[in-house]
Amino acid sequence: MKILVCISHVPDTTSKINFSEGDTKFDTNGVQFVINPNDEFGLTRAMWFKEKQGAHVTVVNVGSTETEPTLRKALAIGADAAIRVNTAASDGFSVAKQLANVVKDGAYDLVIAGRESIDYNGGMVPGMIAGLTNANFVNNCIGLEVDGTSAQVVREIDGGKETVSTALPLVIGGQKGLVEESDLRIPNMRGIMMARQKPLTVVDPIDANAETTSVKFEKPAPKGAVKLVSADNLDELVNLLHNEAKVI
Amino acid sequence: MSVLVYTESEQGTFKKAALEVASYAKAVANQLGTTVTAVTINVDGASELGNYGVDKVLNVSNPQLQSFNANSYAEAIKQAAEKEAAKVVIVSSSADSKYLAPLLAVGLNAGYASNVIEAPTSTSPFTVKRTAFTNKAFEISQINTDVKIIGVSNNSFGLVENSGNASSEDFSPSISDSGIKVESIDKATDKVTIADADIVVSAGRGLKGPENWGMVEELADVLGAATACSKPVSDLGWRPHSEHVGQTGKPVASNLYIAIGISGAIQHLAGINASKVKVVINTDAEAPFFKAADYGVVGDAFEVVPQLIEKLKAFKAQQ
Repeated sequence: MKILVCISHVPDTTSKINFSEGDTKFDTNGVQFVINPNDEFGLTRAMWFKEKQGAHVTVVNVGSTETEPTLRKALAIGADAAIRVNTAASDGFSVAKQLANVVKDGAYDLVIAGRESIDYNGGMVPGMIAGLTNANFVNNCIGLEVDGTSAQVVREIDGGKETVSTALPLVIGGQKGLVEESDLRIPNMRGIMMARQKPLTVVDPIDANAETTSVKFEKPAPKGAVKLVSADNLDELVNLLHNEAKVI
Repeated sequence: MSVLVYTESEQGTFKKAALEVASYAKAVANQLGTTVTAVTINVDGASELGNYGVDKVLNVSNPQLQSFNANSYAEAIKQAAEKEAAKVVIVSSSADSKYLAPLLAVGLNAGYASNVIEAPTSTSPFTVKRTAFTNKAFEISQINTDVKIIGVSNNSFGLVENSGNASSEDFSPSISDSGIKVESIDKATDKVTIADADIVVSAGRGLKGPENWGMVEELADVLGAATACSKPVSDLGWRPHSEHVGQTGKPVASNLYIAIGISGAIQHLAGINASKVKVVINTDAEAPFFKAADYGVVGDAFEVVPQLIEKLKAFKAQQ
C-alpha cells in the first residue's frame, strides 16, 4: 500500500499570533513551526500501517525551503520519502490542486491529511484532494483500518461517531483520536540520522491560481477586566448573566 | 441568480444553524439585490424558512439521502446551485457542512471561505471576515471565483426574522453511488451537542476525577447546555475525545461558556475565543483564564457549582 501523508507546516500551538506589513502578513518572528497536530495523528497512523502491513509512506508539503525542517522531522519519525512542492502555499484550493497533482502522479492508495490546519483553519484541503482525484473521502476520522483494497473508517459526528466502509483509493481528514496522543512519536537520534539519507524530492508546482486571497488580518479587541463575583453571592452572577450579559 | 442556502435538518426538523444561515443568506441577497433559494433535503419547510427571508425552497425528497453522505449531498446542492445559477452558496459550519463544502467547491469550481462571522464587508470584490489561527485572529478574505461558497460560523450572525412567504418546488437531483457505506452510528441522541449548544459547561482537572462530573452534568441540564472538557481531562480518559475543547479538539462558538476548574492554557483559550460570554470558576485567582473571562468566581468548584445549580433552579422557576 502506498500512503501519502500531507504535512502542513504551522506555528506551534503555544505561539502568540502577530502580523506585519500593515497586518497583511503573518509575522514569523520568534515563531516555532511544527507538523500540524491533525497531520501528526495521521502520520503516526501511517507509521502503524508501515510497521504492521509493510506500507510505503511518503510525506508531502506545499511550501518554500523554510518548510523542509518540518518534512525532515516527518522523515525522522519514520516516513520513507518526502516531496516538497516548491511554491509558497496560498489558499486551500490551490494547495489542494498541487497535492492532487502529486497524488495522481504517485498513484497512492491512501491519502491522509489533517481535517484542518491550525493556522488558517480552512478545513478544505482533504475534501478538495478527494474531489479533484475522484477518490472516496471520509472526514473527521478517529479510526482507520485497511484490509487489502477496502477500508473501515470511524468518524466523529456531532454527538457521537459513525463507522463507514469504503474502498481505496481513499482520502481521509484525520484528527485527534486516529491514534492515542501517547502514541505520537518524537524523533530519536537514529531517526534523525537516517532522515538525512532519505529522499526529499522538490517538484515544480503546476499552474493553480489562488481562489481566495488574504487581504488583511485583525486581532481580537483587547478584553476588558473580568468582573469578579464573590463565591458567597452567586445570586449576583445569575443576575449579571440574565440582565447584563443576557445569555440566560 | 439567487443566493442559494443549504438548510440542514435532522429527523424532519431544521437545525438552529439552518435558520441562521437562512438569515445570513437574506443579508447577502439584500447586498446583491437578489433573492434567496433554499435547498432542503427530506424536510418540507417552506413556511418556516419564509420567516427567515427565504423566497423559494427546493425540496429534495430522496431515500438515498436519508442519512448524511457528503458526496451525495454535495451533488444535490451542486445541481440546485446550477439550476438557480447561484453565484453565492451558503452553508453552515456544522461537521456535516464542513465535510461536504470542499467537495461542493470542487464541483462548482468555487472559492470557499469557512468560519465566516459577518455578512460580506464588500460584494465587489467579494470579501468576508473569518476566524483564523484557531480564533486568535481574524482574516479578511477575498473570494476571487465566479461562484463563491461561504461557511457561516455558528452563533456568529444570529437569527434574523424576515417575514415572507416562500414558494415551494420539488427538486430531484440525480444522485450516483457515493462509495461510502454507513455500517453503524453511535450517537447520544438525548444530549445537546457542543456544535449546536447555545451554552457549554466545561470542566478541567480541577474536578479531580470523572466521578465528580455529576454536578457538571446537572449544571448543564439546568441550563440546557452541552458538556465539554479540557485537553488533560480527555487525555486522562475521564471524558470522551469528542468533548475536548481547544486547538486540537473542538472549537466552541456558544453564547455562554462556563469553565470550571480549567486554568486556561493558550490552546484551550484559542478554542473558546469565539464564545460570546465566558464565566470562569477556579480556586486559583492567578489562573490565566481570569484574564480571558467576562465573569469570574474565585472559589472551590465543589462548593460553588452546587450552589450555582440551586440559584439557577430558583431563577428558572421564577421565569
